[in-house]
Amino acid sequence: MKELMEVIKKHQDKSGKVFFILEEIQKRHNYIPKDVLKSVSKETAIPLPQLYGVATFYTGFSLKPKGEHVISICHGTVCHVKGSKMLSETLEQELGIKEGETTPDSKFTLQSVRCLGCCSLAPVISIDNKIYGNLDREKLRVLLKQYRNGGDTC
Amino acid sequence: MLKNKQLLDNLQELGLKVLYPEQIKFSVGMASCGRASGAEEVFNALREEIEQTGLGAIVTPTGCLGFCQKEPLVYLQVPGQPRLVYGNFNSNRAKELVQAVRQGELYKKMLLGTVYEDENVVEGTSHQLSSPSFVSGQSEGLRQLKDHHFYKGQLKIATRNCGNIDPGSITEYVAMGGYQAFYDCLQKTPAEVIETIKQSGLRGRGGGGFPTGSKWEFARNNVAPQKFVICNADEGDPGAYMDRSILEGDPHSVIEGMLVGGYAIGADTGIIYCRAEYPLAVETITNAIDQARTLGLLGRDILCSGFSYDIKVVKGAGAFVCGEETALIASIEGFMGEPRPRPPFPAQQGLWGYPTIINNVETWANISPIICRGGDWYAKIGTEKSKGTKVFALVGDVRNNGLVEVPMGTSIREIVYSIGGGTDPNLKIKAVQTGGPSGGCIPEHMLDIPVDYDKLLEAGTIMGSGGMVVMNERSCMVDVSRFFMSFTQEESCGKCVPCREGTKRILDMLEDICQGKVSDLRQLDLLNELAETIKDTSLCGLGQTAPNPVLSTLRHFRNEFEAHITNKFCSAGVCQNLFNLVINSDLCIGCGLCSKACPQAAINGEKGNPFTIDQELCVQCRICVQTCNKNAILAVENAKRGGSVHA
Repeated sequence: MKELMEVIKKHQDKSGKVFFILEEIQKRHNYIPKDVLKSVSKETAIPLPQLYGVATFYTGFSLKPKGEHVISICHGTVCHVKGSKMLSETLEQELGIKEGETTPDSKFTLQSVRCLGCCSLAPVISIDNKIYGNLDREKLRVLLKQYRNGGDTC
Repeated sequence: MLKNKQLLDNLQELGLKVLYPEQIKFSVGMASCGRASGAEEVFNALREEIEQTGLGAIVTPTGCLGFCQKEPLVYLQVPGQPRLVYGNFNSNRAKELVQAVRQGELYKKMLLGTVYEDENVVEGTSHQLSSPSFVSGQSEGLRQLKDHHFYKGQLKIATRNCGNIDPGSITEYVAMGGYQAFYDCLQKTPAEVIETIKQSGLRGRGGGGFPTGSKWEFARNNVAPQKFVICNADEGDPGAYMDRSILEGDPHSVIEGMLVGGYAIGADTGIIYCRAEYPLAVETITNAIDQARTLGLLGRDILCSGFSYDIKVVKGAGAFVCGEETALIASIEGFMGEPRPRPPFPAQQGLWGYPTIINNVETWANISPIICRGGDWYAKIGTEKSKGTKVFALVGDVRNNGLVEVPMGTSIREIVYSIGGGTDPNLKIKAVQTGGPSGGCIPEHMLDIPVDYDKLLEAGTIMGSGGMVVMNERSCMVDVSRFFMSFTQEESCGKCVPCREGTKRILDMLEDICQGKVSDLRQLDLLNELAETIKDTSLCGLGQTAPNPVLSTLRHFRNEFEAHITNKFCSAGVCQNLFNLVINSDLCIGCGLCSKACPQAAINGEKGNPFTIDQELCVQCRICVQTCNKNAILAVENAKRGGSVHA
């Protein structure tokens, strides 16, 4: 609670403070816990529906905890044409979860993203903001294995 | 702190020394796509090798030169010699290059061409660079990069500095003539500045194409205690990434443009709204703002002019609709990114109710050269109603992927075939998609149309923010329109009924067609009618343009829709269950690659003889199609089941 008060205090005079507060909570907890959202509303007098609206409107905020590694599959136009669907199927098969879900061991979260802006390397995915391009089923399996065995590959 | 022009001149002198040092300089293209291709490894390898060999040289990062197909790109600059540009580099080549330089040899592997230093400068925007006196040496007779077919036909104005300077160095930007335009503006009245922009004919590069000068004039004429300038860097169109590239490669060009805009309309605050999916762009532009502030180019009483102005960065949180200007404003204010009805336009009542101008990254990057060289110079480039250049992300089934900047009026055919090098020689180009989810598909036979706001509109698409996705015979146009509809449906904010409900219904209909569940051709008329209704009745640009991909594919590729409905056949072999894959025994050489790749073990045969596909086991995943070098695997109608066909 003390931590939350600090966050609110830090941003309370900023215009458009809702974003800054939610972003920092998301960063600290890896998601936005619902009870924290209620406390923010109470402390800032911003109506809960507005906070809930913002927290669910943007894909950058999540009300569910995310895994240690966040895998984002790009579903932009070029990636679609070049086979992002196959990457999704492979990852869903390998991890046993659907897009938008997190593995039971909290190791991986699988999510879709609309264009990472690296279309020349399509199909691409990003793992924790690091972009991997020109992927196929085999390369993806190798990559996943490296992350399973511990952390970043490079 | 910079007090006056003299200090700007000193900064330029300093910058030139960094840009063209008296020692050997290596640069590596370190924008997002470069990094994803291994630029960091190359950068480190160069550093290590230089250290180990004791070569007196430096290594610096630079932005993206646009030739994404050849990433990572490496540049070598030996004093007195033109710059050498290398493509497809890796750590080993980096070591070889350092060794070659050390031994005074010309390294020719992967050499794309040479660049003479004054080529990088948009004429008149800079002090004349120290006249290069090249030693006629090893580089004589080498191909110049500008003669490479990828660069021939390009004209770089907005991306003039990308790949030529270190984006982390404000002095290098000033060396290239940066902040000169802003200084010139301070000597003029805001009305004169706006007049120059109006004269140039510059239109918004975000897609709408509204005349920039007129927009500024509206905001200027609205008297208010506070005004805002916004840079729209929420580049959400899939297939477009020029704004990311400019922010990562030349952030000060955007800051300078926004300074000019702020001075012109009388604003004291600028905001850059950048999407969160671009972490490197956010980092680069934030650093650039800090640098400009430290030197007094942002803040109070800039260059002792009495003009005060500052810029901050707001990171988007992931919502495509926020690229729409009123939704973007709502987002900055801390609300859900829902569009608001216009009028009032942002230039009347924008952020927090005050007059606001919103332009996108590429538009801002065009401002400085226009101020330096004059509106009439810019107006001479391009077509009657579309002036200047446009940056396109040329991607998809094209041999040379990359960012290209061409004068307006260049034909799409020239971009795709001459610059892009066409597609896989075994396949034909079917369509070129522009304008992202708000645009449409241009069929191959219409590719002669020029890049021009109005001509593209006539052809059923839009200029958009600059995505240009090339599709060949392996793309199904029904599937492509389904893809775009699923995109807009998912990104619809849900505020107005036509967009929220209409896009959902269109998506359902398209999914049914892709799955072969529709048997009545009249469904296409219904689809058309629904699309037109959404276009006419939606609240904002997202909804009004959402049906464009469907309308344009219906117009140009109706035969494909009909084949899906009447014959239950997807000739591109994309819509599962609407085709069978068979091997053409005339083309198959029996190499067995497809058989190895097939996850279902459905392909059998003896090496050296044509293979066959077991239709009972095949799940139409198309992995074999991508594996086959001979283009021997074909999609045929379900009725023709059973092994090989003879073409």
